[in-house]
Amino acid sequence: MIKNFPVIIPAIYLTAALLIPLLRSRHERYAHSIALSAVFAAALVSINNIYYVINNGTIHYHFGGWTPPIGIEYVLDPLSAFVVFVINSVVFFILIHAVKVNAIELHSKEIPYYSVVMLMMLGFNGMIMTGDFFNLFVFLEISSLSVYGLMAMGDRGSAFASFRYLLLGTIGASFFLLGLGFLYMVSGSLNMSDLKEIIPLLSNSPVLIIALTLMVTGVGIKMAVFPLHGWLPDAYTLASSSTSALIAAIGTKVSAYVMIRILFFVFGVEYVTEIFPVTLVLGWLGAAGIIYGSILAIAQKEMKSMLAYSSVAQIGYITLGISMANPLGFIGAVLHIINHAFMKGALFLVAANLRIRTGHSDISRLHKVCAKKMPVTMACFTVAAISMIGLPPVAGFFSKWYLVLGAVDNRQWIFMGVILLSSLLNAVYFFRIIENVYIKSSDSDEEMKSCTLAEDEPGFSMIGPLVLFAMTLLLLGLFNVYIVNNIILLMMPPGL
Amino acid sequence: MEFFLGHYAYWFIIVLLCIGLYTIMFKRNLVKKLIGLSIFQSSIILFWVSSASKWNATVPIYDSAYSIENTANYINPLPHTLMLTAIVVGVATLGVAFALFVLVYKRFKILNEDVIIQEMKSESE
Repeated sequence: MIKNFPVIIPAIYLTAALLIPLLRSRHERYAHSIALSAVFAAALVSINNIYYVINNGTIHYHFGGWTPPIGIEYVLDPLSAFVVFVINSVVFFILIHAVKVNAIELHSKEIPYYSVVMLMMLGFNGMIMTGDFFNLFVFLEISSLSVYGLMAMGDRGSAFASFRYLLLGTIGASFFLLGLGFLYMVSGSLNMSDLKEIIPLLSNSPVLIIALTLMVTGVGIKMAVFPLHGWLPDAYTLASSSTSALIAAIGTKVSAYVMIRILFFVFGVEYVTEIFPVTLVLGWLGAAGIIYGSILAIAQKEMKSMLAYSSVAQIGYITLGISMANPLGFIGAVLHIINHAFMKGALFLVAANLRIRTGHSDISRLHKVCAKKMPVTMACFTVAAISMIGLPPVAGFFSKWYLVLGAVDNRQWIFMGVILLSSLLNAVYFFRIIENVYIKSSDSDEEMKSCTLAEDEPGFSMIGPLVLFAMTLLLLGLFNVYIVNNIILLMMPPGL
Repeated sequence: MEFFLGHYAYWFIIVLLCIGLYTIMFKRNLVKKLIGLSIFQSSIILFWVSSASKWNATVPIYDSAYSIENTANYINPLPHTLMLTAIVVGVATLGVAFALFVLVYKRFKILNEDVIIQEMKSESE
């Protein structure tokens, strides 16, 4: 039974994805309940997995009884168990929220929507747990294809944004496959732990350098590392509200996790920092992404596109943390993956609530009445925004704190400056909204109307998850030491 | 010269890869972009397949005429089987892309990138 833990989660999602279209009934709500219970079950299993893995060590599941390197295996170590838990719980919150938004925005398309969401989760969970590179590629494509489908269900030109993402995403996955081909040619293995043994024996081979470059580029496109982020802003802005919350919260994080796997767990710390210093390049790209994303976020007039550009900046933090290749930077990167999943989830849910209640999410058109009418939504927004800026005691402060410590540890003063400067820039674009919402009174009657037309807070299904997100952010901040000491330190890759 | 002739399969694959990338980047029509993507994917599939091809070797089924110790007698089947999966993935990508074309065409009545970007810009203003 215990041996089967890793495979239960993908099995749940696959079953749910098939059940939803099969059990077609007149009440479209049923699709939502199946999806929600599947995510809930997966989250429960993943909590159990974390508990088990921390106490008893890594679980290996061999498919069909074939032992690796010949067979495919699933590996649940502390890192993968924890990331699985994070994405499942974030998606659980967002799906609770989704029922009302989707009933309004995606009228009569809900059955395919939830089915595709289940497939996407199958892909993401598989990507995290698999211990085999080709299997990773297949799951990457499953999740990406589902994301293209979900994005196309938005308003205005979302199909076009989705097509552009399809082009770039497929190029990324193909680069990954090409790099994997080179890696397989020199090593003859696709299993991650097996490759870890083989790569030190080949360290002078130029083929390995090509393989690593191509794989990092491919994953970098999926992760939206700075110069490869072109698909992200349009895709996030134009997708429907719950889709952008889902994808912004977990999509790029899973790719960041894959990046950590490739760099530290397969090629090894020594290879990526000394023999072929890919981390050096990643560090500068991350720093450039932080500044670029923050400045463009300030320039945006619409809340969702502002959040999208801020995502580019936040991915920069994760890249920077990975690139430091020291324990503190690693803790910062992993903490930021977790924190950012919760923060961006919360912020996109706020944008969704605003869109449903006031019909728009333009920053300049927000004013005092909104805060009066929707006090809980705006309070949650403030918590998430403070976390994004990085003020204690909310979660975001601690990941940035570790990142700064990591930069100091490596004597990379420029990176430290970049992190501090970007906190300032974050403050600029978030306080702009907070100021509008709490202080600015509306000057024209028409604006008053747009807010008074709507009832007060949206229903419980839209407020509940938001409050949960905000509480989690506070808890993540308060119990930060406990999480770092008991979970993240166990994830530390060998040799760091 | 030896370097070029000896690796002619790989040079061909590199040319295909460049044609694919060029088409994706510089053609303005979405359908042409998709054709480029397809060429690009095919080149990578060819790369995997050619990396495992061998002269004077047979399928990896035990044959009493060849000794089992000498692995040079047999072709490694793994890259070929993996590429079957990759081909299926490519077909699925094409399918999704065609569905997106239908949506884009319904919305904009054209599949030219420049025109669509123009229209999206004027809409958001």
